[in-house]
This record gives sequence, structure tokens and C-alpha cells, in this order.
Amino acid sequence: MTSEHTTLDASAPHLDVDTLLDDPQTRIIVCCGAGGVGKTTTAAALGVRAAERGRRAVVLTIDPARRLAQSMGISELDNVPRQVKDVRGPDGRGELYAMMLDMKRTFDEIVEAHADKERARAILENPFYQSLSAGFAGTQEYMAMEKLGQLRSRDEWDLIIVDTPPSRSALDFLDAPKRLGSFLDGKFIRVLMAPAKVGGRAGMKFLNVGMSMMTGTLSKLMGGQLLKDVQTFVAAMDTMFGGFRTRADATYRLLQAPGTAFLVVAAPERDALREAAYFVERLAAEQMPLAGLVLNRVHGSGADQLSAERALAAAEALTDLAGTGNSGSAGEEDTENLGDGGIVDLEDGKTGSRTADASSPAAPALQQHDPSVTPESKQSPEARSARLAAGLLTLHAERMQVLARERRTRDRFTALHPEVPVAEIAALPGDVHDVSGLREIGDRLTSGHADEAYKKKAGNDAS
Amino acid sequence: MSRLHVVSGKGGTGKTTVAAALALALATEGQRTLLVEVEGRQGIAQVFETEALPYEERKIAVAPDSAGASRSDSSRGGGGRRAGEVYALAIDAERALLDYLQMFYKLGGAGRALKKLGAIDFATTIAPGLRDVLLTGKACEAVRRKDKHGRFVYDAVVMDAPPTGRITRFLNVNDEVAGLAKIGPIHNQAQAVMRVLKSPETAVHLVTLLEEMPVQETVDGVAELRAAGLPVGGVVINMVRPPVLDPDEVDLAANGARAGIATALSSAGLGGARRGGRAERLIDPLLEQAREHAERVALERAEHTEITGLGLPTYELEQLPEGVDLAGLYRLARDLRTQGPI
Ligand SMILES: Nc1ncnc2c1ncn2[C@@H]1O[C@H](COP(=O)(O)OP(=O)(O)OP(=O)(O)O)[C@@H](O)[C@H]1O
Ligand SMILES: Nc1ncnc2c1ncn2[C@@H]1O[C@H](COP(=O)(O)OP(=O)(O)OP(=O)(O)O)[C@@H](O)[C@H]1O
Ligand SMILES: [Mg+2]
Ligand SMILES: [Mg+2]
Repeated sequence: MTSEHTTLDASAPHLDVDTLLDDPQTRIIVCCGAGGVGKTTTAAALGVRAAERGRRAVVLTIDPARRLAQSMGISELDNVPRQVKDVRGPDGRGELYAMMLDMKRTFDEIVEAHADKERARAILENPFYQSLSAGFAGTQEYMAMEKLGQLRSRDEWDLIIVDTPPSRSALDFLDAPKRLGSFLDGKFIRVLMAPAKVGGRAGMKFLNVGMSMMTGTLSKLMGGQLLKDVQTFVAAMDTMFGGFRTRADATYRLLQAPGTAFLVVAAPERDALREAAYFVERLAAEQMPLAGLVLNRVHGSGADQLSAERALAAAEALTDLAGTGNSGSAGEEDTENLGDGGIVDLEDGKTGSRTADASSPAAPALQQHDPSVTPESKQSPEARSARLAAGLLTLHAERMQVLARERRTRDRFTALHPEVPVAEIAALPGDVHDVSGLREIGDRLTSGHADEAYKKKAGNDAS
Repeated sequence: MSRLHVVSGKGGTGKTTVAAALALALATEGQRTLLVEVEGRQGIAQVFETEALPYEERKIAVAPDSAGASRSDSSRGGGGRRAGEVYALAIDAERALLDYLQMFYKLGGAGRALKKLGAIDFATTIAPGLRDVLLTGKACEAVRRKDKHGRFVYDAVVMDAPPTGRITRFLNVNDEVAGLAKIGPIHNQAQAVMRVLKSPETAVHLVTLLEEMPVQETVDGVAELRAAGLPVGGVVINMVRPPVLDPDEVDLAANGARAGIATALSSAGLGGARRGGRAERLIDPLLEQAREHAERVALERAEHTEITGLGLPTYELEQLPEGVDLAGLYRLARDLRTQGPI
């Protein structure tokens, strides 16, 4: 409330997610962002919230964490949406369907739908098709778009929420399908398919000679069978290439439609926010509608009036008072103790874990704060309280440092893109793996800034 | 002892950082180490804070006082102890393919024409396997390379490898390719590489955090590697944060110790301890933070148990509060070394 950061931050407009979800004009929401920032979690949480606010929603998730998929009942890969039990809107209006993308299956379906039976079989059995459909960089992005197009054309849902594939760069989602297209369009593919075609033109003779020399070389290199496989694959796919491109273009246009809303998800970290900034610029260039930035896993504090410096100073004073000299607690630089005293074997029963014994004599155990330095029993109640208080303050100082860092990175983004509305999701201490966790994420997403959420929470717990 | 260390792990867990630290740690033991990256991202240059690496092996670090090894590298041919050094190489698949064609076929201009036509692009795209054969092939070549005295040029090679989700396929792709190209130099090359990768000369290490998804990936990854007959090395738990308060202590603080804590806070100059006093009002939010901390610590311990259950050597690296700069990298290298051979 009092910090200068809060005033700075006020310049970023607030992203009102509920309004977005409630608006019947919103038909597609795409969650993009750098790897690991919370795209899947956000997409699923939006689905739960949308359904519980009365929409017929479907979420297309990509590579969700196993436990999350299980709890949503979508761990079976059958490439069609399943209704998520336990998620209902008011008066039974809203419902949630969810699915997990099966990239290979989606690819197979396209082939089956667009080639006659025999040709389809030839393609599906070709070793190159198998490697392309399973491993080609960009296939997942392409297939996600393809699936989005399919879901949209089924017209059974009034809101489709799309997760995007894990990739280093958020831009991959937009670039990969084009790359696949240009690859399928490539010169070399045409050479392989029909050297004669190119050679027919005057002046191309020389090239043709070079070409057969090269196919010769290639066949020596790869073995004749390999080249033949490639050629049959390419020939078989030929009839479909146009189809691929047309469909990719159609989906691209869908993404530009006014009913689409992009949410850029980012963690309050430098790299993720840099990616987010690139992506925002790219969306503008592509005329794709950006709804705003979701800043996920933001930390707050219910006691942000107490600065890190003061908390640390107080913690030190209390540690002295407690007279423990306990090194683990005050967060000092312990530069030299790793090799000797710093690594403490886990005691049995404490965590239930064991070190990998025989196979790794030198394997260190979980480094652990050891409260037994000063046994509880021998401590005066005052000393004990002082030590606990010091611990609480040290934690608080750490939290405030995290907060300050997160605010700095966020402010840098806001300064660059003051027009982008922002919503924050306060970090949960643990992972999110069930519907109630998703609900909690949705609540946090819509409850204003992380700090306020923390203050409310601390207040509730107290009462 | 392994000579090829392949460092994988979930994206963003610290593969590049750990690979670099490991290379430094090995160099500190006097080994001449080659650090290779295969994803064309100039990650090594970033961690060593140097300009982008060209496609050539280049010295980027000298081991910090490598246990008595001489720094002036006069020992090279003399049979004496070598100075520990780290060389780095950013392998570029396109260049590797052209080199390779050159090596076997003296292609010259035809190589350039292939490139112009997009053949290289094509080859590395349609057959990701080919790309990976080239990358692993180059690394294995460095592992096996000997000088004129018959000694290995590099004592160790550390690879900053693709993430866990792709590592088995990446390393095993030589099998796949040997199957696709049933004869010819590619076939032979693929088999030779596979021999190195499946031998005890190789160790695949996985980097993880004490979080659910990376640990799950690690467990799955280890199973996959084992099933493929690839030698698993150790697990490096990265970004470890030592707990400030034990969950038991947090319990204690929340139950029954309130008044005492309020007094303590007050005595540290943080305001009044009475009900409604400034210090007293701090307690709820501080306890809330402590509960989150305790929850996290408990989760991390559960994940830790999961990892020790793998029965592999584990190594731990602390989270450096200011991130990893060059000094931080040396610190991580030292921390790795104190935890025994890797
Ligand atoms: N607000 C949050 N608080 C706590 N944990 C979170 C939060 N958001 C996400 N997580 C956790 O972070 C991890 C990564 O989240 P998620 O899988 O949604 O990311 P992603 O962006 O989809 O990743 P990828 O790029 O790998 O697909 C998950 O374990 C998830 O439970
Ligand atoms: N022990 C550590 N303490 C603090 N920061 C760390 C630590 N290890 C890694 N980091 C930081 O975490 C980030 C990710 O690390 P790094 O780039 O090594 O991961 P990676 O697994 O190679 O990622 P990618 O999957 O993108 O290749 C970097 O900013 C790095 O500086
Ligand atoms: Mg995801
Ligand atoms: Mg990396």
C-alpha cells in the first residue's frame, strides 16, 4: 500500500478475467507463454471457472502433469474431449469437457481423412512418416492448431480454451506451423519427387545433372532403400500438402478473429517476461487479439510493511539473544561448510528417505537445518521463542527479497507495454493437481493482486 | 570411470549450468575436458560470459588451481600431469553434416549446392535422427580422439544434452538410423557411436529440482534410459534451498508459542507485543508464510525420497540467491567436486 512499487504498478490496467469468461463473444482463449510458466494450469483453471460460471467449455491440454490429467479424468489418450465430473455451472448450465492432445493420432486422422485408403496406408506405414509424426519439431504446434480447428467446427462448445505445447519460446506456437508449411513447400522436396520436372526447362539442364549426381550421392550415403522410402513418402504426401497449408491458413485466420483472446502467461522472471514481451509484439504484428498478461506464481506478503533489511536485522538480534549460534537459521553466507559439517545425514524417520546407500558411498543427503544443535529440552522458553521468531523473520526477509525482484521484473514489462492488462496468480506453496486446486487458481487469478490475496488469507486464517 | 558425461533434465532445471560446472569440476581434477552443446543456443557462451562460440574447439577456462597441476601447459607431450582445462564446442548440425560429407565424399561444391537446395535443411528436418546422429557422432568422435602418442586428447567430454523428454530417443537414434540405412557409411558410423554410448564409458546424468514435474520426468527418464540399455549416471538436484524452519518448528510456532514470539519480536524492536500492537499484528502474516514454507519443505522431502528411491548417486547444488554468474559457476563446480566423483 505504501510502497512506490504499488503506485508504479497501478499504471498497468487490470485484466478482468471473469468479464472475459462471461462474455458470450469470447469463443476461443489461447494460453501461450515460455516453458513451464503455467500455461496448462492456467488453461485448465480457466476451463473450470468458465464452466462454473455457466459456459459450455472445452479445454485442449497439451502434456498436462500426470496427476492433473488423472484427476480431470483425461489420462486416457483417445483424442476426444471427455466431460469433467464435479464441474457444473449454476442451474446445471455450465459444463467442462477436457482432452489431452495426442499429436500422432491427430496427424494420422488428417492423413486418413485426406487420402484414399491405400495411399493413407502407404503413408502411415512409411518410416519417415512415423518419424515426422512423432518427432518433427513443430508437429505438436501444428497439431494443436489442427485440433483447435476441429473442435471449433464441431460447434458443440461455446468456449474453447487452448493450451500450447511446451517450448522454449512462446513464439513457436505461431511459427512452427508455418515452418512445417514451408518445409513441405521446400525446393528439395520437389527435387526428390520429380527431378525431371525441373530439368525440362531450358537453362536448367546443368542443374539437372547436378541433381542426379546428388540423388546418387544421397543414395550412396543413406543407402538406396532409405532414399526410396523418402521418395515414396514425399510422393504419397504430395496430394495432401495443399490441404495442410489451406488448413493451417484457416486456423491462422481463426486466431485473428475477434472472438479469440490470447492470454500470455508468464512467471515473474526475467526470461519469461522477456518472452512475453516478444509475444505481445508479435501478436500485434499478426493482428491477433491479446486479452492480457497472466502473471503466474507471484509472491506476496501480508506483512509487506516490514522490510527485508529490518526483518534481517531483527532476526540477527534475536539469534544472538537466543544464544544458539545456530548457523542454519539466519541465512548467512555459509561458504565453507558444504564439505564438512553442512551436509547432515538424514535421520531415520525424519523424512522417511534414505540415501542411495551401497551404490553411492559419497552421495550426500538432503541438506538439512539441524535443530538439534541446541536441544529443545535444554532451551529456555525465551530462547526458544527468540529462535522461532528469528526463523519467521528470516523467512520474511527472503519473501520480501523475492517480492522486490518480482516487482522489478514486472515493472520492466509494464514500462515496455503499459497498454497490456495484467492479472496475477499468487503462488501456491505446492503443485496443482486436482479440480479444487484449479478452482483455487481461478480464485487467485480473479482476486486482484497477489499482495491482497495474501493479506486476505492471513486475515482469514487468524479468525 | 566415465569419459562421456551426458547431462539431461527437464527444461530449465539447469542442464547447461550443471554441464558447465561439471566440466569445470573435472578440469579441477586435472582433466582436459571438452564441453559440447548440441542445441545451437550458445548456452555455454552465456554461462562462461564469453562471446558466441564458433564451430571449433576452443579453450574457455583453466581450472582454478587444479591440485598441483602445472598451468603452463608444457606437459602436453611429456607424459607429466596435464593442467586441467575446459574446451568448448557448439556443435552445429549443418556444419557437422557438411564436414561429414566432405570427410567421406570430398563433395566440395556439391555440398554447397546441396545446402542451397535446402537438402541439409531437409535432411535434418525430415529425419531428425540424422541430425542427432551427427551431433552424437561428433561428441563420440571427440571422446575417442587420440593424439600422436596414442593418448586421449580429452580426458572427459561433457555434453549439454537435450531435455529428458527427448534424451533416450536422441541417444538411441543411432540404433534407429542403423536400422533405416541398412548399409553404407551412415550405418557403420551409427553403430560405432552406439557402441560408445552404451558402454560404461558413458554416463547420462539427470538434473532435477525438488518439484513434482521435474522429479516425475527424472523417474520416467531413468526408466526409459535403463530400458534402452543406456548407462545412467547420477541425479543432480539443483537449486536446493536449505530449510529455514523445520515443519515441526512451524507447528510449534503456530500452536502455543504466539505470546512468546510476540514478546521476542517486540524485544527486537518491532513494536508492541500486546494484542493489537505492531509486533503482535506481524504474527499472523509471518505464520502464514511459515506454513507455506513448511508445506514446501514437506513436499521437497517427499520428492527427495522419490529420487533416492532410484538408487542412483545423487548430488546437490544450492540455489545461488543472485543467480549464476561466473563466480557462481566456479562455486557450483567446487560444490559438485566435494560430493565425490561423478
Ligand atoms: N500458481 C501456481 N502455484 C503453484 N504451482 C503452480 C502454479 N501454477 C503452476 N504451478 C505448477 O507449476 C508446474 C508447471 O505448470 P504447467 O504445467 O501449467 O506449466 P506449462 O507452462 O504448461 O509448462 P510446459 O511449458 O512444460 O507445458 C506444475 O507442476 C504446476 O502444478
Ligand atoms: N544452482 C542455481 N542457483 C541459481 N540459479 C540457477 C542455478 N542453476 C541454474 N540456475 C539458473 O536457472 C536458469 C536455467 O538454467 P539453465 O539455463 O542452466 O537450464 P537448462 O536446463 O539448460 O535450460 P534449457 O532447458 O532452457 O536449456 C538460468 O538462469 C540459470 O542461471
Ligand atoms: Mg503445459
Ligand atoms: Mg540449456
